[in-house]
Amino acid sequence: MLALLALVPALPLAGFAILFASAGSLPRRWIAAIGIGSVGISTILAFIVSAAFLAAPRPYREVVWRWIAVAGFNPDIGFYLDALSLVMMLVVSFVSFLIHLYSAEFMAEDEGYSRYFAYMNLFVASMLVLVLADNLLLLYLGWEGVGLCSYLLIGFWYRDPANGLAARKAFVVTRTGDTAMTIGLLVLFTHLGTLQIQPLMQRAAASWPAGSGLAIAAAGLLLGGALGKSAQLPLQTWLPDAMAGPTPVSALIHAATMVTAGVYLIARTHVLFELAPPVQAAVAVIGALTLLLASFSALNQTDLKRILAYSTISQIGYMFLALGVGAWTAAIFHLMTHAFFKALLFLAAGVVIQRLHEEHDILLMGGLWRRLPLAFWSFLIGSAALAALPFIDAGFYSKDLILWDAWNSGPYGPWFWAAGIVGAFVTAIYIFRAVFVVFFGPVKAEPAGHIGYQVAIPLMVLSALALGGGFVELPGYLGDVPAFSGLLSAALPVPPALRAATAAPSLEGVLVGIGAVVPVLGAAVAFVTVLHRPVFVTRLVEASAGVALQRFWAAGWGFDWFYDRTLTRPFVWLARLNRADIVDAFYTGIAWLSEAGYRLLSRSQTGQVRWYAAGIAFGSATLVILAVFA
Amino acid sequence: MLLWVFLILLIGGVVVWAAERLGDAWPRWVSLVVLAVDLALVLTLWADHYGAVVVAARGTWFADLNLPWIPPLGIRFHLGLDGLSLVLILLTLGLGIVSVAASWSEITERIGFFHFNLLWTLAGAVGVFLALDLFLFFFFWELMLVPMYFLIAVWGHERRVYAAIKFFLFTQGSGLLMFVAILALYFINYRQTGTLTFDYFALSHTRLGSATEMWIMLGFFIAFVVKLPAVPFHTWLPDAHTEAPTAGSVILAGVLLKTGAYGLLRFAVPLFPAAAFRFAPVAMALGVIGILYGAVLAYAQNDMKRLVAYTSVSHLGFVLLGIYAWNELALQGVVVQMLAHGLSTGALFILVGALQERLHTRDMRQMGGLWARMPRLAAIAMFFAIASLGLPGLGNFVGEFLVLLGAFRHAAGFAIAGAVGLVTSTIYALILVQRAFHGEPRDASPLPDFSARHMTVMAAMIVTLVWLGFYPQPVFDTAGPGLGNLQQLAAGRSAAAR
Amino acid sequence: MSVVPMQYGLLLAAVLFALGTLGVLMRRNIIFMLMSIEIMLNAAGLAFIAAGSRWGQADGQIMFILILALAAAEVSVGLALILQLYRRLATLDADVASRMRG
Repeated sequence: MLALLALVPALPLAGFAILFASAGSLPRRWIAAIGIGSVGISTILAFIVSAAFLAAPRPYREVVWRWIAVAGFNPDIGFYLDALSLVMMLVVSFVSFLIHLYSAEFMAEDEGYSRYFAYMNLFVASMLVLVLADNLLLLYLGWEGVGLCSYLLIGFWYRDPANGLAARKAFVVTRTGDTAMTIGLLVLFTHLGTLQIQPLMQRAAASWPAGSGLAIAAAGLLLGGALGKSAQLPLQTWLPDAMAGPTPVSALIHAATMVTAGVYLIARTHVLFELAPPVQAAVAVIGALTLLLASFSALNQTDLKRILAYSTISQIGYMFLALGVGAWTAAIFHLMTHAFFKALLFLAAGVVIQRLHEEHDILLMGGLWRRLPLAFWSFLIGSAALAALPFIDAGFYSKDLILWDAWNSGPYGPWFWAAGIVGAFVTAIYIFRAVFVVFFGPVKAEPAGHIGYQVAIPLMVLSALALGGGFVELPGYLGDVPAFSGLLSAALPVPPALRAATAAPSLEGVLVGIGAVVPVLGAAVAFVTVLHRPVFVTRLVEASAGVALQRFWAAGWGFDWFYDRTLTRPFVWLARLNRADIVDAFYTGIAWLSEAGYRLLSRSQTGQVRWYAAGIAFGSATLVILAVFA
Repeated sequence: MLLWVFLILLIGGVVVWAAERLGDAWPRWVSLVVLAVDLALVLTLWADHYGAVVVAARGTWFADLNLPWIPPLGIRFHLGLDGLSLVLILLTLGLGIVSVAASWSEITERIGFFHFNLLWTLAGAVGVFLALDLFLFFFFWELMLVPMYFLIAVWGHERRVYAAIKFFLFTQGSGLLMFVAILALYFINYRQTGTLTFDYFALSHTRLGSATEMWIMLGFFIAFVVKLPAVPFHTWLPDAHTEAPTAGSVILAGVLLKTGAYGLLRFAVPLFPAAAFRFAPVAMALGVIGILYGAVLAYAQNDMKRLVAYTSVSHLGFVLLGIYAWNELALQGVVVQMLAHGLSTGALFILVGALQERLHTRDMRQMGGLWARMPRLAAIAMFFAIASLGLPGLGNFVGEFLVLLGAFRHAAGFAIAGAVGLVTSTIYALILVQRAFHGEPRDASPLPDFSARHMTVMAAMIVTLVWLGFYPQPVFDTAGPGLGNLQQLAAGRSAAAR
Repeated sequence: MSVVPMQYGLLLAAVLFALGTLGVLMRRNIIFMLMSIEIMLNAAGLAFIAAGSRWGQADGQIMFILILALAAAEVSVGLALILQLYRRLATLDADVASRMRG
């Protein structure tokens, strides 16, 4: 049964190949059948493989063929299944399937239906390759593949140049990170002689002492790739713009799966990061900073999708924080729950936006909870999970685990914990602001159309998962169900620092209490400021400092402005300046010089016989004089 | 056998010219048949030896032909085929077929003469890849130059004469340097051994002083990097590529540039290893500069064909970097990079040619929104643009990654700087797609999309690129022994010098 | 027999040659230029004769005969060219015939 593993990524790839080769000549029904069917069968296979794996949980490796064999460099097209890749595979394939189903109806009117499903299938294939790859080169293949699909799908509506710009920005920024990762691969292979992940980790642990320069360099370079892909500081700027793509794309690629690839990469190579404490600390700090910055930016966005985009950046910040403190399991746990509730939020937002004729501005929405009940309840459940309202939803358990591990992570633990708590507070404010603005208050625009089962089923399933997905891992005070961490313990062992840390039960109670109260407080603040007493916000916003701050936050803390001035514009300016190629001026110069010489000499060619005669006479006279007197 | 690989093209060229009288379609079909027969011939050679090469039982050389030509001067007609030559000849003939197909509707005047020039250029290139006598090598080197000059000057675009003369002067001037270097080597060898010979293996035993070796090496080096081209000798290339007819651009980019790389691999490094190793940092720096400089310039162009031309400079920078890293990883990377570049850039030139046929302009400011009007052509352009930026799973990635991996061992700094090229290549590839195909269409009227003939050619190239990306092992196995042989030769010579 | 000193002969030859040169350079009429060339040739011949008689050698006279033959050939070719020139340009002005100007 395990041998079916290779088919899991192969089927969506085949779907892509068929759709690409048919070049849009198939009827829509077939396109949807191929697009959804390939991912659906792949999901079923993923579950079968998982069942086989769980029956005897030992890592399984399957080599399909030898990719390259040159001078000791022998990467395979090979897949590796352990608990970590298992979780990722299930999340990716299942969420992808739901979103494909949703897309079949959501995109039904679009002219590029076939193109859309081709790209989506290619994405799923690449993402599955990424999570299942047994060596870093194949992982990199998936990594770039998802980046490409992200580019293609952000710019899916190619007629608007703004979409093209957003797509290119996403690709170039992430590829900047990927280049660091490429160099990281060069370092790893050159010094350890393999890119196959498991032997590589063993060799790294055996030959590099903790804190050695090479380990730091390698981990730092891989981190560069992770930062780009997961939109973390300082490479986060592309994600808000990436919302230019169709909403299901944002749900699948820019919320649930691709952007969490960085988290997966770090978890996959966690041995390397443990060998490089400064890099790991940097991961935690970057995570903490990103989650704060992004959540503040989300506070005053007016575009519904941009709110969700910033919240994605912020939530991945939580995962990075967890990775940085060594809480691998917590990071993956949050990755999973986040995939559920963020996909849910985007899909619900997609319904709202489409019903209101592509209206993105939340200030032009309102009172939709009666008009769009399914979207409302889905969005509400997703928001509750995102804000981590206590006990009832998955987000609470995963975030709680991260905060608890952060507290225990060492001398700076409480600071990380505090950052997480502040972030949770702001998160609750911004997402419930969105809920209250969009779904309550006066009705500003009437929705049109209706929801079919292909949209409804994914919303309901994801709602269930956003609520119940957290019960696979319950903390000690709620029955102690360590199913998830137990599964992952072989692949992601708990670092000694966290295992040893046991805060007093009373302290744990206090921390959990704070973690439970803060989101509720945040939601209450949102309620008061949006629905009950909007005057507070109005006054705050009208103050001059408030205006400046609002603008600054809304613009994502000025990163775009900074990069534009320091990188983009100089590059474009320089390139334009040298359009005619300065080097060519040298050769044109030579050509010009010889032409000038020719002009000069041709002057003497007067065509008059007497001049020539004079020249001859003068020349021979000179010669004679030289011969006689010299 | 080996002689026929080369002679078929020469004779075919003459036949094609004559066939013009029978009708317009004749030269095209005859050239297709000639190339197909030749390709089949080389493929059977490959099939015969593929297994043998893998077990390395029959040695490095698949075939060898050594006839006297001008005995008093020691000039022989010496051809030899190893894996490296074979791979490049396959590329040459494959692209030959592609370019005949690409000029099917583009070339309407003096069709016979056009195909004659095409076949003779290819014959020259095949000869270059086979020659093991330095005089013969030079002879072929010039042989491919003249027909190419005519291809540009007669069937080119607006500034064709300027471009053709520039191309001719650059390659001819640098070729002269090489000829001087060959003669110097010839006479030094004569003084040492008392025999007059241009033979590759005989000359590889010549003992050279350190300074002499460097000068002679530079003579070869400049000739080859002008052809490659490396910055700062690249400026003929954008003009020649832009002005040449589509088939000319395809052959130029796909085949003629490769002769420069082949020359470096076969002659400049193995014959003068000590000088080459001392010179390596400079050469690698030129490679890296080429990667970045070419990419930045490509980004800035408005003329689509010029953009593609500058991407060649960037891609061939990887080749130069890899050659001077001179280890197995990098050299295998170079071979794959050459093949992949030939295919991806060749395809992009065909696309530009097709666009020009339809829109009568190459200026991207006049394009935009073409996806809506020609979806198939646009999708294929997207594919090759992505191949050109080195996406994993396509041949270019395998080449670039292996080159970087090999170069990193040898000189980490250059490899890191070269890796930055991955970002710049993304920038130019995406701007090409954006400016030509995305955006709002300027004109709603539909344009004729790719015909079945074009689609077949493109599909073949796509399949080959994917094959190179996912299963490049046959190429490694074929080229490996030849490359190993060159490495041994170089190692032996530098040991003897010490 | 009183012998004219060689110097006188050479001096006369030099003067004649200089006159011929000046004639070639200064006259624009191409026939006069041709005549000036004849003068230069004869000056050279005179120098040979003078030198031959000084040393009592026949070489000088042989050279003079050579020059004479040469001059005759030159005149015939030159006159033919002049005829062509006159027919094409309808003038004998040498400066007008400047089509070879670079």
